[in-house]
Amino acid sequence: MKKINLTIDGSKISVDEGTAVLEAAKQAKVRIPTLCHYEGLENYGACRLCVVEIEGRRNLPASCVTPVQEGMVVRTNTARLREARKELLKLILASHPADCKTCEKHGRCELQNLSYEFGIRDFGCRMHDKRHFIDETSPSIKRDLDKCILCGRCVRVCRDVQSVSVYDFANRGCASIVTPALCKNMSETNCVACGQCTIVCPTGALSETDSVEEVWALLKSGKRAVVQVAPAIRVSIGELFGCAPGTLVKGKLVTALKRLGFNEVFDTNFGADLTIMEEASELVEAVKEGKTHLASSCCPAWINFVEEFYPDLLPHLSTCKSPHQMVGALVKTYYAEKLGKKREDIAVVSIMPCTAKKYEIKRKELKGDVDAVLTTRELARMIKEVGLELNDLPESEFDAPFGITTGAGAIFGASGGVTEAALRTAAELITGKPHERIEFKEVRGFGNVRETELVIGGKKLKIAVAQTLGGARKLLEEIRSGRKTYNFVEVMACPGGCIGGGGQPIPVRESRQKVIEARAKAIYDLDASLPLRRSIDNPAIKQLYKEFLGKPSSKKSKEILHTSYKARKAYGV
Amino acid sequence: MIVKIGVGSCGLGAGAEQAIKALEKSGAEVKKVGCIGLCYLEPLVEVETSSGPVFYAHVDSKEKAEKIAREIKAGNFKSASMTRKELEQSANWKKQVRRVNGNCGEIDPENIDDYIKAGGYEGLKKALKMAPEKVIAEVDRTGLRGRGGAGFPAAKKWQFCRAAKGETRYNVCNADEGNPGAFMNRMLMEGDPHKVLEGLIISSYAIGASKGYVFVRAEKALAAERMRKAVADSRKKGFLGDNILGSRFGFDVEVVKSAGAYVCGEETALIEAIEGKRGTPRARPPYPAQRGLYDSPTNINNVETLAHVTMILSKGADWFNGVGTQKSKGTKVFCLTGSVERPGAYEVPIGFNLKELVHGIGGLDGKPKLIESGGPAGLCLKENQLDVPLDFETMQDEGTVMGSGGVVVFGEECCPVDVAKHFMRFTRDESCGKCTPCREGTTRLYEMLEDLTSGKGNRETLEKISKLSELIRDTAFCGLGQGATNPLVSAMKNFARDFEAHADGKCPSYVCGMGK
Ligand SMILES: Cc1cc2nc3c(=O)[nH]c(=O)nc-3n(C[C@H](O)[C@H](O)[C@H](O)COP(=O)(O)O)c2cc1C
Repeated sequence: MKKINLTIDGSKISVDEGTAVLEAAKQAKVRIPTLCHYEGLENYGACRLCVVEIEGRRNLPASCVTPVQEGMVVRTNTARLREARKELLKLILASHPADCKTCEKHGRCELQNLSYEFGIRDFGCRMHDKRHFIDETSPSIKRDLDKCILCGRCVRVCRDVQSVSVYDFANRGCASIVTPALCKNMSETNCVACGQCTIVCPTGALSETDSVEEVWALLKSGKRAVVQVAPAIRVSIGELFGCAPGTLVKGKLVTALKRLGFNEVFDTNFGADLTIMEEASELVEAVKEGKTHLASSCCPAWINFVEEFYPDLLPHLSTCKSPHQMVGALVKTYYAEKLGKKREDIAVVSIMPCTAKKYEIKRKELKGDVDAVLTTRELARMIKEVGLELNDLPESEFDAPFGITTGAGAIFGASGGVTEAALRTAAELITGKPHERIEFKEVRGFGNVRETELVIGGKKLKIAVAQTLGGARKLLEEIRSGRKTYNFVEVMACPGGCIGGGGQPIPVRESRQKVIEARAKAIYDLDASLPLRRSIDNPAIKQLYKEFLGKPSSKKSKEILHTSYKARKAYGV
Repeated sequence: MIVKIGVGSCGLGAGAEQAIKALEKSGAEVKKVGCIGLCYLEPLVEVETSSGPVFYAHVDSKEKAEKIAREIKAGNFKSASMTRKELEQSANWKKQVRRVNGNCGEIDPENIDDYIKAGGYEGLKKALKMAPEKVIAEVDRTGLRGRGGAGFPAAKKWQFCRAAKGETRYNVCNADEGNPGAFMNRMLMEGDPHKVLEGLIISSYAIGASKGYVFVRAEKALAAERMRKAVADSRKKGFLGDNILGSRFGFDVEVVKSAGAYVCGEETALIEAIEGKRGTPRARPPYPAQRGLYDSPTNINNVETLAHVTMILSKGADWFNGVGTQKSKGTKVFCLTGSVERPGAYEVPIGFNLKELVHGIGGLDGKPKLIESGGPAGLCLKENQLDVPLDFETMQDEGTVMGSGGVVVFGEECCPVDVAKHFMRFTRDESCGKCTPCREGTTRLYEMLEDLTSGKGNRETLEKISKLSELIRDTAFCGLGQGATNPLVSAMKNFARDFEAHADGKCPSYVCGMGK
């Protein structure tokens, strides 16, 4: 690509043609303040905080929408700019509620951070009253429009990354709002609950619905309190306690959960292993019968997406419940039996990197398996509330039986992980002999749509892995039109898979992509360090089938571990 | 005996309909024409008598029309307001150079043959015989600058667009005209739609565009209707469609109604609106000429600019260059409203003196106190600042005095703070809400102006207004915000005493309901 030379704050740099000045500055190690720019999203140029001085120009252009030009001389920190940015920030603050103390984003709010960094002590304008109601109709996402600064990140992530387009702007001037079509409540929209909007929102306008009090109440209720932890939590929650992205805190996390008062701490990785047994069997069956496009079903936002936009393709979805629903269902049956308890006397809480799981547990077909879902962020708050120093806690092991897991379950947290885990087991299901390979690096990575062809157990398998729902849409269009045919399709709604989930810690200063990559690396490192790496080798799984389920796809497993789907109707149409 | 009657929305609004009915009933040969630009005389009826045409003004009732009918029969034109000769000698007619408006009030806008008889589509025929580059060169020779406000040289813009890579090229006629006090585009489309359309076809040929749009403000329903009819009639005659006049050039036009927001006149917001999206501006670059409508090279010109193109091609660059200033040639239509005796649309050479426009053409009883020239991004001037040429080069403070050609005159009784507040309310309401300075800033400015006009302001308010105005000008996303504070800033400078008085709790003009 053609290189462009320019000067930023006196230092000469050379960047690709088409780069925005803001990004060029980043390469020159200058972080220009902004509220509407977001890595990976199209630049929008609305907040104007990123204004710079460019020699030869009278006004102050926004650096995020100003492409570099040969010989450009840019200044980013003059007195005039500081003054202008401060005034602009004050303008935003003047119509923003000042209830930081009770705001979900407190301490991680980009607006608050900038306000602090700019040394703003008063807004210089009159303050604004509450104008909007809080939309808590969605089980996953809460909208507080008063806190919206109209940066449009949610609009862009939902439209451009997820291809769902729940949000857009309405009205004009200072009456502008971001809203679903027809100003409907979230529960009436086609929102698939992925929660990516809660990640990119710079303020407290969008957040997950808060289940913390509900969980405290469960812990107080006298019920047997069972908690399970998704594969992606152990490599991310450390970030909220000052660890570098990609720090593994598995044992400490188990201790923290015990200290919070949970009776059993189980591992959703077990559910992942079990999913593989069921799903790989489905795959083998499908290949035998010549059925195509068996699609993974672990990701509830993906399920919502198919139900909403591609109901004709629903028959291709695996009927397996998602891993935590499987664990929940087993706790309330198999494990309840073992404990000699009634299912009503057991409460299951899932710690998930995900906002869509909050919706999932309320689905009619799945009701009762899991009682509450906490995101990574919510759990961190609970740990902090009781004063536990996660980093200083001793390590503990997950409880048996649903704490015994393999590397295959561990990699469910990353995009491609489900596929790789299935491949590790599928060969043996086909031929009765294990495949010589454990690692299938060709399905790993961060491309939105990745395709591979493999020979497993003598069968040629065509596989597609998609991440983000934009990637999923591309893939489904190919499938629907008949241009592409696959044996297995994996889709995770979030970038990078669950490690980039909508309930995960929100990177504030770091590059989100780098954070996701660090989390992925931690997951694959964990997998590599484990003695057992194929679900089929999991002794607890073997025992479960022997004692309770019989074999994969048996009548009992169909009853407990499988589910069904149906087309969704949004906006009342 | 032909009886012409103005059927622009001005004439119709003033009651022309009744007059038409009565005249037709009397057996007169009624010809419906566009507005001649003399808004204050509407409905205006012109009767061709054996001793030359005469005018009847304010023919807004059956009775008045019947009287005319009687006079026609009798052959005496006793109650006529004036003869055509008298009009042509009058102050507000003599100084005009009516080119783009030349057919307005003369031909039937809904009759393509009438337009052709008046020399219509000659420019297109000539252009099609030339190479596209030659057409651009001919326009370049006039240095024609956009009449929509920004004044960008049309030929340069066409060259960029022609040179840009892309399969399809679009050409858009910007007929949004949302600025208060401006109606020259509406009047032209109502009075001579083919002249605008012909310019659009010619420029599309020059650029190599295959699809055109006329983006008309939804409120200008009659203009849209006449443009639609013009497009249909022109297509029937083979001026639109495939292989126009055997030239192998194919082009067609769609008339689109705008979503009705001032910002949709801004070229990138306009593109979004045509695409069916919310009308908010896009970042430039890429400029529309490189990547515009549906990501293809797109040219956008104002209605009047295109009408000039038609004239240039039919009469030649030399003819066009016959009037104007050293630097800018041709004419510009100005809309004069407010406290003047003869409000209307007047076409004068570029460089015409603003004072002469207001005094000579508009005509004043007393002294005007404030003249707002150039629309929402224009300037509030004092009477003694009027002695300036209306051209692209003369700048005052941040804005040009010419702008898009709207001139509003406020009389002695007006309050400059109130006027500035009024303009600020317009931009506040019309801000699209995208960028912080325009959305929040205009809201705050309006609040501060409310404070001033209700006795709640003080000297600090004035300082805050100045500072915030500067911020908005420097940091706003598009021209709407960047120019939003021009009227206010110029008013504060030119009417400093009034603003100071308000800061001290007094309104010298008794407008704001405070003490003097
Ligand atoms: C807020 C705003 C409103 C505008 N409205 C109009 C309009 O109504 N008509 C118009 O021709 N140009 C309007 N413009 C200017 C256009 O962006 C553009 O410059 C013009 O259409 C180009 O045509 P021209 O070169 O023939 O003048 C507006 C600009 C801004 C910033």
